[in-house]
Amino acid sequence: MMSDLRPEQEQEESSSKAKSPFQHPAGIVYTETVVFAPPQQYVSEAPYQIAILDLEDGTRTTARILAECPAERVQIGDCAIYAEERDGVLYYRRKLNVNV
Amino acid sequence: MRPVAVIGIGKTRFGAFPERSLRSLAVEAIHQALADAGVDAPAIEAFYLGNFAGPAFVGQNHLAPYIGTAAGFERIPCTRIENACASGGSAFFHAWQSVASGMYDVVAVAGVEKMTSQTTPRVTEILAEAGDMSSEGRAGATFPALFAMIARRHMHEYGTTREHLAAVAVKNHANGAKNPYAHMQKVITIEQALAGKPVAEPLTVYDCSLISDGAAAVILAPLARARAFTSRFVRILAVAQTSDHLALESKKDITCFPAVRAAGAKAYQAAGVGPEDIDVAELHDCFTIAEIIASEDLGFVEKGQGGPFAAAGCSAIRGKLPINTSGGLKAKGHPVGATGVGQICDIVTQLRGEAGERQVERHRHGLVQNLGGSGATCVVAILEAA
Repeated sequence: MMSDLRPEQEQEESSSKAKSPFQHPAGIVYTETVVFAPPQQYVSEAPYQIAILDLEDGTRTTARILAECPAERVQIGDCAIYAEERDGVLYYRRKLNVNV
Repeated sequence: MRPVAVIGIGKTRFGAFPERSLRSLAVEAIHQALADAGVDAPAIEAFYLGNFAGPAFVGQNHLAPYIGTAAGFERIPCTRIENACASGGSAFFHAWQSVASGMYDVVAVAGVEKMTSQTTPRVTEILAEAGDMSSEGRAGATFPALFAMIARRHMHEYGTTREHLAAVAVKNHANGAKNPYAHMQKVITIEQALAGKPVAEPLTVYDCSLISDGAAAVILAPLARARAFTSRFVRILAVAQTSDHLALESKKDITCFPAVRAAGAKAYQAAGVGPEDIDVAELHDCFTIAEIIASEDLGFVEKGQGGPFAAAGCSAIRGKLPINTSGGLKAKGHPVGATGVGQICDIVTQLRGEAGERQVERHRHGLVQNLGGSGATCVVAILEAA
């Protein structure tokens, strides 16, 4: 029975993840940090920024911030927009030239 | 429910002990507690063990009977309790219930963790699993990162500063320097704390508790029978355990911990005392910001005033309300599963008047607060000198 259930469950999980970019609303940075001491899994990526975003649809999410350099990082109150999804991780980036 | 007393305490030094096994640390603490209580191991009727991640840290599971049999307990229920960094406090809560309910008379509680045999990135990964791995964990949030995001928001809303955080670190290091059981016995300055290596901005290494090995144990008995064992017993007025969501993003306001507020309210009510009656407290300073917020959530200061309270010296040993006279998780060390039980040992030592140069002047009521994860479990205990 368990082996019969498994493919269905996997299918359900992958379909819920497959959102188009238009389904990821923009958000305002509620809080953020830059991680210098990463878990083993992300050692090669540090330092990296993560943020909790208040999204336009009224929900909150924890996302990675895409920043090429420290100047591209976000601060509380900044607007962030969806950039991409990699290995199940949502990446947002700072929206430039906006007054919040 | 009947009143319960702590009749014995025992702990190892917290630190890095590559030559010691998890089991030998736990047994050392239990045997000390038994000797302190004047109780023989076969008299123990139930054993509760707080341990967060023995399987991941040292590759051993089924830890309660593994340690209980080595301690000399015979055919009794031995149960491991896991609630992240509140595993020790939760074990204490369940042991207290088992005596208060009348089920057992003499019960042992221990907490143990052995963390230093793993690399820091691996320890970071194991600890991160106490958060929600389907959301914040996947995004790369470590525990320092979660508390860094809490600190950022607290700074934004209440004007808490880096200097306020550093004041907590300086105080706890000063206390730890006088505690022979502390992992780190080193006084630091505000300047050093501010210039620490970044871990997760705005937190530096001086804002973070230590990766430690260690164990602690206590023996409980009904208050009515306590004097038959020892004159140095301490009365447990109340123990409360509460819970909340794991993920930080699930909380509306991350500058407070609803689980801490609820556990504090329940414990104060059951104990018949208020924050103003507490003479000495051990608060869960896994990060400096956590001590600041706990002091607010437990009603010691107004919301947002935890930072200035620490910076003004109010929580120092000679201050208005001494907090973490042991050195706290910051300097004493944080062997995760041992922490909550170790905090009980530290408060019992203060209430007995046996804390030496760290002894506080007034020591009738003591409070312990043990936090799991970023606030998903909280245990608050209030104890009273005999």
